[in-house]
Amino acid sequence: MPSKNSSKSKKVGVVGVGSFGTAIANMLAEKNEVVVFARKEDVVEEINVAHTVSGRLLNPAIRATTDPAEICEQCDILFFMISSAGFVEVVRRFAPHLYPYHVIIHGTKGLALNLGRDESLESVQKIKRSQLLTMSEVILQETVAVRVGCLAGPNIAKELIAGHPAATVIASKYNEVILEGQKLLRSERFQVYGNSDIIGVELSGVLKNIIAIASGALAGLGLGENAKGLLISRGMVEMVHLSKALGGSVQSVMGLAGIGDLVTTCNSVDSRNFTVGFRLAKGERLDEILATMDEVAEGINTVRIVDAFIKTAGIRAPITENLHRVLFEDLPISDALQFLMKYPFSVDVDFV
Amino acid sequence: MEEKYIKHRYDPIIPSKDEWPVVKLARERREFVKKVAELAEARILGLTGKNPDILKEELETTLYREKLRVKQNPWAVDPDDEHTFWNEVKNSLLQINTDMALDKAQRFQAYQGLLHQITSRYAEEIASNFKASHYKFTRSMVTYGFARLLNAARVKGIKSIFSTQYTLQDKIQITGQTDQIRDLATKGTIVMVPTHFSNLDSVLIGWIISVLGMPPFIYGAGLNLFNISIFAYFMNALGAYKVDRRKKNLMYLETLKTYSKEAIQFGCHSLFFPGGTRSRSGMIESRLKLGLLSTAIEAQRANYQNGLNDISGKVFIVPVTINYHFVLEAPSLIQEYLSATGQERYYKENDEFSTSYKISKFLFKFFTKGSDISVSVGRAMDVLGNYVDENGDSLDKRGRRIDTRDYFISEGKVTIDQQREEEYTNMLGKRIVEEFHLINRVFSSHLVAFVAFELIKQKNNKLDIFDLIRLPEEDISIPYSEFKDACQMVLDKIFELKAQGKIDAAPHLKRSMDEIITHGIDNVGMYHAKRPIVRDKAGNITTEDMSLLYFYHNRLHGYAFEKLF
Repeated sequence: MPSKNSSKSKKVGVVGVGSFGTAIANMLAEKNEVVVFARKEDVVEEINVAHTVSGRLLNPAIRATTDPAEICEQCDILFFMISSAGFVEVVRRFAPHLYPYHVIIHGTKGLALNLGRDESLESVQKIKRSQLLTMSEVILQETVAVRVGCLAGPNIAKELIAGHPAATVIASKYNEVILEGQKLLRSERFQVYGNSDIIGVELSGVLKNIIAIASGALAGLGLGENAKGLLISRGMVEMVHLSKALGGSVQSVMGLAGIGDLVTTCNSVDSRNFTVGFRLAKGERLDEILATMDEVAEGINTVRIVDAFIKTAGIRAPITENLHRVLFEDLPISDALQFLMKYPFSVDVDFV
Repeated sequence: MEEKYIKHRYDPIIPSKDEWPVVKLARERREFVKKVAELAEARILGLTGKNPDILKEELETTLYREKLRVKQNPWAVDPDDEHTFWNEVKNSLLQINTDMALDKAQRFQAYQGLLHQITSRYAEEIASNFKASHYKFTRSMVTYGFARLLNAARVKGIKSIFSTQYTLQDKIQITGQTDQIRDLATKGTIVMVPTHFSNLDSVLIGWIISVLGMPPFIYGAGLNLFNISIFAYFMNALGAYKVDRRKKNLMYLETLKTYSKEAIQFGCHSLFFPGGTRSRSGMIESRLKLGLLSTAIEAQRANYQNGLNDISGKVFIVPVTINYHFVLEAPSLIQEYLSATGQERYYKENDEFSTSYKISKFLFKFFTKGSDISVSVGRAMDVLGNYVDENGDSLDKRGRRIDTRDYFISEGKVTIDQQREEEYTNMLGKRIVEEFHLINRVFSSHLVAFVAFELIKQKNNKLDIFDLIRLPEEDISIPYSEFKDACQMVLDKIFELKAQGKIDAAPHLKRSMDEIITHGIDNVGMYHAKRPIVRDKAGNITTEDMSLLYFYHNRLHGYAFEKLF
């Protein structure tokens, strides 16, 4: 039962060195000693020797390791910056090395399924709230850590690395997690807001990916800015309703992690979700698009899970439902658009 | 088929009563009360940020509320000098406010003096008056007296009154993790959290604790119970401290919490009814009162701060469910619940436990007729809701040993973080509710009440609960065969959940379905003037009181059994 009481200042851990992880690690390294975790030996060697990762520069002070035990032992606070596809697996790998004193802040935008051993999304069709987990819920379920937070907001890694001004939200039920995150990350170029509604903030980051696909589709159809304004506004309403049904608050969707990130993502032509929508609109099929992408666009998975949830929640989410039909039921995108234009949105704002 | 119940009386875990924490506390009562008053005072000063204006405001609010209470809601148990005391507070306050000669620091000191008087008074009032001799007497009286009643009723013949064929333990069955709680009680401090359906619970739990050979637990009992002299005697004898629900001011609440926290730190095993009051709806408590629960977490953290890192400083939470066929207060509880939910036009305060006569009458009925009670003791947990092993070490979900102290650490040190502890209290509350559902023991009466109500609801699916309760009784009739099938369906589901460890069931549920139904109908709310379930001449199932049926039905709320219909 090791209990760490050493008073010497602890290092900060970053798990995952994708583009976002690299950006955060560099920002953290401005004020602290940072250890990063990567799965592959050659990546670790590249960091420790050349101080780069996939060609991106990394602060030379940053050390890398492939050993979860080592990083958990050296750090009391860990930033989990991994893709949602690998999230559950990485968290399970870390679980034996985590203790209740660890603080975990994650930056992953995705949902995980919480199904029985022989169940899958295909076999159950509909899912209840208890059958899906946000990433913080994954951490709480799989590990003994309780002081958990998330990082969300309009944070395009490329711009962060370039040092452009930006801001983020750290959400946690625990004030100390928010304060700690602010202390570690805040700088002249980076503002950090706090929010206690962690579920709402996580959901904002997750749900906006759905709208980002739709935004790409509109761009692919060449529909212009009026249509985009319409989409962002209706998309936000849909996010509010879905977030409420899943246990988030309206306020969080209105914030930086919601509307802030939504606007950024809907305009970011490089994002994977946007690209999927764009290529769909150009007439490609989903399997063709996926075959040429090295990482799955998170929005696709989110559409599937949320669509399965809508069936049990008794709410309507027309954008998600129609995207689901386009992605998985071969509905032509023009039909989906027509359907949405005819959908009786009677009230502009019905949630305040 | 009948399960083996614990019938022997356990040896006391601490034979010498001088060693009982509660006796030690009673011996040091005066110093303890003083300490509580001082700590409460410091806490309140901390909350007011040592700002004289805020402190003044708190004093004025407290004074206003207390004067209102003394005038509008006096109780027999209130001390005679209530009026005088608060008048003096009022005069002093007035004097300090108008005395221009005082500078800021002096004024603050004067306010603090008043605060001190108030917390001292509250601490004195809250503190228990435990006397070991009274405890022994009460215990033997309860055991002996109840046994006599029981045997008089069950064993025929003139000698029955002296028979020892039946003891209270035939009537009240104890199941679950009894060895664990006994063992941990010698090593650390136990906080027992039972479900609360009846005023009888306090006495019942007190008796159970003594049967298990554990020294008395202290617990907060509603001051209203001390209005009745026979109860006051019992409560004092059982180590109760007093909780006055009329006083909702900050100063009182802080003093109360300090008392509870300090007593746990002192090593006194404690008992909280985390539901706060009796369950009005008959449902297992789903939202717990977190106030006193938070003191268990605070005490645990304080122990770690004081370097008590081994098991002697560890606080264990033990959930307990009490299962009845019959709750004496059910009619008034459910009326209160319905009116609080807003639809009943009026309700009449009608406390069945209001007089000693009524209580004796109930007790006599209880012991002379065959209605059993079972008490399930759950697995011990740490203050974060992790199960603990035989050494009292906490285990995570995978069975790895973890240190509870780690939850209170930031940057390598145990720190005080009120907001964090609030979240921990929420977490613990949720865990306790989960455990309640796991150890809840289903009786035949719960089953028949649940099924009858659900069938009636199904037949009137357009009506909401309030219309359902107003259904004319003569319109309600369920054919027996349909009822039996539905009972079997729910029972199958109960056994399915039991196999997964998600609920418990009484052994009598292993009988044939006809027997279970007869047993259930005979027992459900058996002493009420109007019975929740009866069979009419044709053998069909009907009710004499829908509200009561609803109350007993609610016991199986929270398992999604209603989805079967």
